[in-house]
Amino acid sequence: MERYWNQEIECMSREDMKKLQDERLVAQVKHVWDNVPYYRQKMEEKGVTPDDIRSTDDLYKLPFLSKADLRDCYPYGLLAKPLSECVRIQSTSGTTGKRVVAFYTQHDIDLWEECCARAITAVGGTKDDVCQVCYGYGLFTGGPGLNGGSHKVGCLTLPMSSGNTERQIQFMMDLKSTILCCTPSYAAYIGEAFKEMGYKPEDNCLKAGIFGAEPWTEEMRKEIEKSLGIKAYDIYGLTETSGPGVAFECSEQNGMHINEDNFIAEIIDPDTGEVLPEGEKGELVFTSITKEAFPLLRYRTRDICVLSRKKCSCGRTLVKMAKPMGRSDDMLIIRGVNVFPSQIETVLIAQGYPPNYQIEIDRVNNTDTFDIYVEMTAEQFSDTVKDVQKKEAELVGAIKTILGINPKVHLVSPKTIARSEGKAVRVIDKRKLV
Amino acid sequence: MASEIRQLSVFIENKPGRLSKVLKLIGESGIDIKALNIADTNDFGILRLILSDVDKAASLLKEKEYAVTITNVIAADVENTPGGLAGALSVLDTQGVSVEYMYASLSGTGEAAHVVIRVDDNEKASEALTSKGYKLIGDADIK
Repeated sequence: MERYWNQEIECMSREDMKKLQDERLVAQVKHVWDNVPYYRQKMEEKGVTPDDIRSTDDLYKLPFLSKADLRDCYPYGLLAKPLSECVRIQSTSGTTGKRVVAFYTQHDIDLWEECCARAITAVGGTKDDVCQVCYGYGLFTGGPGLNGGSHKVGCLTLPMSSGNTERQIQFMMDLKSTILCCTPSYAAYIGEAFKEMGYKPEDNCLKAGIFGAEPWTEEMRKEIEKSLGIKAYDIYGLTETSGPGVAFECSEQNGMHINEDNFIAEIIDPDTGEVLPEGEKGELVFTSITKEAFPLLRYRTRDICVLSRKKCSCGRTLVKMAKPMGRSDDMLIIRGVNVFPSQIETVLIAQGYPPNYQIEIDRVNNTDTFDIYVEMTAEQFSDTVKDVQKKEAELVGAIKTILGINPKVHLVSPKTIARSEGKAVRVIDKRKLV
Repeated sequence: MASEIRQLSVFIENKPGRLSKVLKLIGESGIDIKALNIADTNDFGILRLILSDVDKAASLLKEKEYAVTITNVIAADVENTPGGLAGALSVLDTQGVSVEYMYASLSGTGEAAHVVIRVDDNEKASEALTSKGYKLIGDADIK
């Protein structure tokens, strides 16, 4: 039998949901207009005032927000509540240059945790479950989000954070975890380690896994399901809107229901900004209609995907989004971390290398490999292997500082990487994710 | 005063054909290779050369977009008998000079081998070796 955390909302008629969204949007636009001078100015430039927004039908009139706006406004420029009313920040993995810092009031945290509680309930979670959260805890939203959702549902929560796989498996076995939450690549890794330790899939008590924060394929889903003997579900979210739980998968396992009482989703043409009809592929845009502290209106996610209102067998009426099938910018997601090639370029220049490089990404044993080829220069070159390897290590360190993940750096001969005349091929992504 | 030798180093990617290409360039321009050594890693190698005309080779390779560097190294005559090289190295050890790498030249005098040594302190190494009776040699001595 399908379980809901908040049946009234999750199964609300389209009509009632639209009414709820209309009311919340109108109030939210006024809240932003009154409290966020940056966005107000954007509205004024477009000649829009709160009076023009009477329902969700008027949403298209509002200006977009992008990652660049968030950078420009760092850290407080989009804050809509006094800091004294905020209780938490979370942050992105530090994308192009500056990190994005999102603020939360207690109310925001409660709503976010409810979204995660819905996701956990949708995979069959109840207060009788043992929920092992091995997303990273800290600034990253993964750990705190699922941790909060698990508390709300009343699961016994294991706040493991990521890493130390043997200990993860030990706890999983000793405390009889029933739900596993982590990135899909880590789930696959746990599955392998589990087997290596001599266990069979049926040896654990797990029944479901909630895996998100990076793109993954149906093949990977099957592999994880087989290796751990579970059902694997997707979850979607981004720090800018709250974190995981913006959308979650149900028993159908073919798309994620968006928590529409909190987020209005639109699909737009990434080039023209025009709103596309349901079923068409385009860039996903979110408007937060309940967030108090950091209420982003029409935030462009850069994720390319499709929305569907086809009737779902789980009984939920919330619109469904397909797995994102790519990005409308050059952002890469490597090991769950957002990476812009331009960040690497910045590091190279700062370290005295030419901005000619090639990034090669692949997925080996369900883990992303991340190789960067960089041209050696006469200035950086020395006659000892030790010094050249030190240069490589310095580059790795500088890139790790910016991205938070370790690349493998290979120095190659000068002028051997193609120059950018027109469009240089900077990225070779060998992962077959779509 | 240390008698130093100028060594040319070339960055070479660890790919088939890269080394021979460099050696061919040098050969075609009439530059003689007196001693050479290659250090290799998974990704790259460093070719070190003692040449009849270092500057010419350096500018030639730079023109062809190679990363090159010139380093001052020392060279000594080491007795061509078992334990000869070990003796020279223990002199450096005793003086606290650390050796980055070393290699022998392609030619020698028969009784002595020419050994090129890259150390962290040329001055100190030269003093130590000469004080123990080793003969340091210059560019012209290596044929």
